[in-house]
Amino acid sequence: MTATTTTTRTGTTQPTGGLLEVHGVHKSYGTLEVLQGVDLVVRPGEVTVVIGPSGSGKSTLLRVINHLEKVDRGFVALDGDLIGYARRGDSLRELKEKDILRQRTQIGFVFQSFNLFPHLTALENVTEAPVSAQGRPRAEVEAEARALLDRVGLADKADARPRQLSGGQQQRVAIARALATRPKVLLFDEPTSALDPELVGEVLDVIQDLAHGGTTIVLVTHEIAFARQIADTVVFMDGGRIVEQGPPARVLDHPAHARTRAFLDKVL
Amino acid sequence: MSTIDLRHDDVQRRVADAVPVPVPMPDGARVPAGTTARDELERLRVRPARHPGRWVATAAVAVLLAMVVSSLLSNDKWGWDVVGQYLTWPSVLEGLWGTVRLTAVAAVVGFGLGTVLALMRLSRSPLLQSVAWAYVWVFRSVPLILQLLLWYNLAYLYPTLSLGIPFGPSFTEFGTLDVVDKFGAAILGLGLSQAAYSSEIVRAGILGVDQGQHEAAAALGIPRARQQWRIVLPQAMRTIVPTSVNEIIGLVKGTSVVYVLAYGELFYTVGVIYGRNLQVVPLLLVAGIWYLVLTTALTIAQFYLERYYARGALRTLPPTPLQKARRAVRTSWARIVTRGGAA
Repeated sequence: MTATTTTTRTGTTQPTGGLLEVHGVHKSYGTLEVLQGVDLVVRPGEVTVVIGPSGSGKSTLLRVINHLEKVDRGFVALDGDLIGYARRGDSLRELKEKDILRQRTQIGFVFQSFNLFPHLTALENVTEAPVSAQGRPRAEVEAEARALLDRVGLADKADARPRQLSGGQQQRVAIARALATRPKVLLFDEPTSALDPELVGEVLDVIQDLAHGGTTIVLVTHEIAFARQIADTVVFMDGGRIVEQGPPARVLDHPAHARTRAFLDKVL
Repeated sequence: MSTIDLRHDDVQRRVADAVPVPVPMPDGARVPAGTTARDELERLRVRPARHPGRWVATAAVAVLLAMVVSSLLSNDKWGWDVVGQYLTWPSVLEGLWGTVRLTAVAAVVGFGLGTVLALMRLSRSPLLQSVAWAYVWVFRSVPLILQLLLWYNLAYLYPTLSLGIPFGPSFTEFGTLDVVDKFGAAILGLGLSQAAYSSEIVRAGILGVDQGQHEAAAALGIPRARQQWRIVLPQAMRTIVPTSVNEIIGLVKGTSVVYVLAYGELFYTVGVIYGRNLQVVPLLLVAGIWYLVLTTALTIAQFYLERYYARGALRTLPPTPLQKARRAVRTSWARIVTRGGAA
């Protein structure tokens, strides 16, 4: 596995993205099949925005990509490495938890509800995984973490605890935390849905900054205008399937499917 | 039988037609008409509401309290001079030390093992889960006094204990009585039964931590043991601490049951003394006072522990009693100074 890195203007090394492949993924909860054969390829450095009605399987797809959910069939690969499984003869055997945890450091995940660790400071939130999961020296990690906090505009909040921050600030810390392990791909699960409207902009600004920096990004969102702005590819999902995908100009402005049109009519 | 017709438009019309229900007001609660009257109202002094009932209740309780104190002082059968004499008697202090030692060691054993049991119970291995479940089931079910006597009679079941390979050769042997003496039996009894209770407390604390915290830790790839110790347990401590201190206070008093083994803790010691000098009530008071002192110390410790683990859960921590006292002194001083300046 190789990951070249580029240096951004604030001095943090930002990994250039990896190639993400999702092939024939099926996933059921009991009798409900939430993913019914999903295929998706995200090329290195590309930004893919997933839209669709609630219950369409968008969040499940993201959670499958970093193996927070097991699949029933199909596979996910990052730069050609299977995520969560390894081939053993004619079956895909789930990896040991230790190996899965190691793989996850290459996949940053930003949650809708931030999920910052409330008992740790902003800085400790960011440094925790690089030190404990990747075994990197604390001094180096801390310097990088401060640079990351600076990059999301929160250099002065390093010692604040999450509850002392606004929702927008918390989500920006969460983004810095996701970047701290130098992941090859960043997954955003409706990062602005839990925010007050006036705080959405500051988080979107940070994401846009990352998108231009060459990170591979998969973003689930309801912010259609933002999708149009940053997406290389827009994916419309409904009923556990990808209905259509393509550049925003095509999918958002001239959708080929009636279901896409109906959804866009409702949200625009 | 008539049916009630609540069609939508019908209900709406009734809501629209509704007349406000008048609220009865006491005299003087209406704003008078006229500018002069209003100006006068504006200038009136604002004073707090009167609570005559509260004053009556306070007086009654004060009288009762005075009666209790006076009877404690005037009835010399309480034997306060004897209490004073024995409160710091060397053998009483030795017994007190015995109680403290038992409590401390049993609490460490209990909560250490309890945490392990809680993690076993929450693990994904069915065997570990069932073993932890069965442990809690057995040790919560058997009375402490019975467990203590059983452990003390361990030598009857197994005269020697040996360290070695399971089902294989043994390296060393001890006499059971040398390892499990009175103190050992007391620790086994208190510690093992405490572990059953504390494991449930720790488990409840862990279950109370938001699922998102487990997910975020897993998504970051933090190793599993580290997830528990660094992310989950510190947050669980917030709910674990209050009930745990409760348990330890119970343990302080629970150590008195160890008198059945004739171990020299506080309760047994005062028993020995009043058996000799027949001053039963004063010596029970001596023990009672010391138990009170121990639980008071634990209660103070609880406050600061809770405060420590509230970091992150609260935006600003509540002030400590010391800070409160300092603030009170400062504000009343400021009031005195300003009043003196005004006069």
